[in-house]
Amino acid sequence: MTEATGGQTLVGRGNEQGALLFRQWFDELHRTAEAGGTAAYVFVMGSMNELLSVFDFPVVFPEINSLQTAVRHVAHEYLNEAEDYGYSPDICGYVKADVATQLRGGELPMGRIPKPGIAVYTNACNTYIKWAEIWERMYEVPTFALDVPGTRSAGAQTWPGDSDFENDRRYVEAQIKELITVCEAVSGKKFDIDKLRESMGHANTMSAEWKRVLELNRSRPSLFNALTDGTIFLGVSNGFRGKEAGASYFQALVEEMEYKADNGIGTLTDEQYRLVFVGVPCYPMFRRFNELFTEWGGTFVNSTYLWFASGGSNLGFQYDLERPLESLAEGVLVSVRDAMDSMFYQTGILHDMIEGYAIDGVVYHPIKSCRTVSTGLADSRRDLMEARDIATLFVESDMMDRRVVSEAQLKNRADAFFEGLAARRHQAAIGKAV
Amino acid sequence: MAYAAGVDVGSTQTKAVIINEHREIASRALTDTGANVIQAAEAAFEEALRNGDLREEEVEYVVGTGYGRYKVTFGNTQVTEISCHGRGAVHMFPGTRTVVDMGGQDTKAIRVAETGEIVDFCMNDKCAAGTGRFLGAASSALEIALPDLGPTALRGERAVKISTTCTVFAESEVLSWLGKGKKIEDILLGVHKSIATRSAGLLRRVGIEEEVTFTGGVAKNVAMIETLNERLGLKVNVSEESHYMGALGAALFALDHIVASRAPVKAVGGKP
Repeated sequence: MTEATGGQTLVGRGNEQGALLFRQWFDELHRTAEAGGTAAYVFVMGSMNELLSVFDFPVVFPEINSLQTAVRHVAHEYLNEAEDYGYSPDICGYVKADVATQLRGGELPMGRIPKPGIAVYTNACNTYIKWAEIWERMYEVPTFALDVPGTRSAGAQTWPGDSDFENDRRYVEAQIKELITVCEAVSGKKFDIDKLRESMGHANTMSAEWKRVLELNRSRPSLFNALTDGTIFLGVSNGFRGKEAGASYFQALVEEMEYKADNGIGTLTDEQYRLVFVGVPCYPMFRRFNELFTEWGGTFVNSTYLWFASGGSNLGFQYDLERPLESLAEGVLVSVRDAMDSMFYQTGILHDMIEGYAIDGVVYHPIKSCRTVSTGLADSRRDLMEARDIATLFVESDMMDRRVVSEAQLKNRADAFFEGLAARRHQAAIGKAV
Repeated sequence: MAYAAGVDVGSTQTKAVIINEHREIASRALTDTGANVIQAAEAAFEEALRNGDLREEEVEYVVGTGYGRYKVTFGNTQVTEISCHGRGAVHMFPGTRTVVDMGGQDTKAIRVAETGEIVDFCMNDKCAAGTGRFLGAASSALEIALPDLGPTALRGERAVKISTTCTVFAESEVLSWLGKGKKIEDILLGVHKSIATRSAGLLRRVGIEEEVTFTGGVAKNVAMIETLNERLGLKVNVSEESHYMGALGAALFALDHIVASRAPVKAVGGKP
């Protein structure tokens, strides 16, 4: 293969293969649903996919399904249906879209999904708990809450070897053992520790490569857009965690990004401003929202979403396959805790990112229907601005509900933000000249 | 003499300001925006030309601003009203560090640097509470003309508490206070205090640093100035040109472009 041919094949491959894997995943879910089978319903922050794949559970991520309805511009139909059923306009849009999906017998634009046979969730999001209770009531299926101790206060994480960490790890490990028993009962399959090792090995590869992909975006110009391309990568990182296809995908993605870095191929032809996105994307106008920034030469080089919605796998944690259960508990503790930190204690990490990725501005995007992610953003922004001279933008919309998304208002604020960035750059140039 | 113009197409009114190269206002005009935004922009600009006895070709650069800025079809570029109000306020009151702009549909709190550069800003979100529209609702419910609202409110002695944050419900609340026999001036004073409270909240979000300059159409309302001063515990700057501040800022940006085109320094402001 010549370099030119290789390059043409490589550039954009991650997005294409990601879409293909997604299609395959949903085809399989559709077949399972048609055959009357069930799936494990899980969430992005602590899916336990490594363990669930040992029992061959097909996995359904309701968060991903819900956001897909928004990206495909049908979320309002689902939200209205759930609200007509009695759910409040003020609760999580993901939950409501899922409730409507269940009321429709699993029908989604991407295909039909199976009913849950088991639901596994962590405490990373408080809504997960109430959400799983809905399936419990609807289908009388077992639900399993994995309680992962979070960081006690900003910057106070403990690490392997610390006594507090070991206590927390033992607590998580005991729960994992309980989960194995539940999975055996639901699947009718015996737990196979070698299969777990294999799955954890794939997760190790994926985590290491995902971390590398994120680091490669320090390149100038940036190699991928964290908001748009990043969301595709996230989908694969969740749906295919612990699977060979997922590990191979990320290996190939690193190859693509390294090629782009070596050849100076960026997402924009003229990258003017490098931005970080904090929060959850505006899925009802996903592409347009991004264009509000790219029109000015602004591109998102990283986002807290890529951290917490990948369940903290951005850290690249490597499981010790010699002691799988113990190490799984360790990894879950470190990664899920980091996912929570990315929502609640992100300011410290943002400082590192601003320097490491040469960031010009930080865009905070609180959303109406997720208090968990949005509540502390105003404080985080204030802390950041008090600590350093960095341009920030605070724009509010929603992840699902187009009724509370106003393009004109978002555009006005984005335009003013870039005018400020341009003025800032101009003043800096004058200062240097003087 | 070179001239530059700014046309601010707001939700209710469109303002045009023409300045000369000494940054002095040569003329201005105001018209209702109505349904035809393009026409409103043209009408305001043409009226400003007439008022200043100027010909269109004498105006070298035009900047459109306001929510209808992209409808200023004869304009050379667009700048948001956030940047324009900041720029205009610093021009009129160089000590300005915070701007509160109250327009027909939104209220903005803007923090500016000495240079007029925007440091931070915050606006009301998807709700007209605390804006000129809130006063419009009270004017309609009480059948008092908009210009009379301020003087009437200042006669109030015991302001009623307006608890709703929704402009639509505010009208019902005003009517319910009338039903309870409250005086119109006390109700109006309550309405103004309610808006001042919401605006102060927005200002706190960006950080209140003196001097504070009050811009926008609502800055003509004497009771709004009084209640805002009282709520903030300071005296806000108010100019005769407050209503035109966005258009003035736009005209100043337009003049930057004219100056830049004559010098080797690149202008800022306006979409590339």
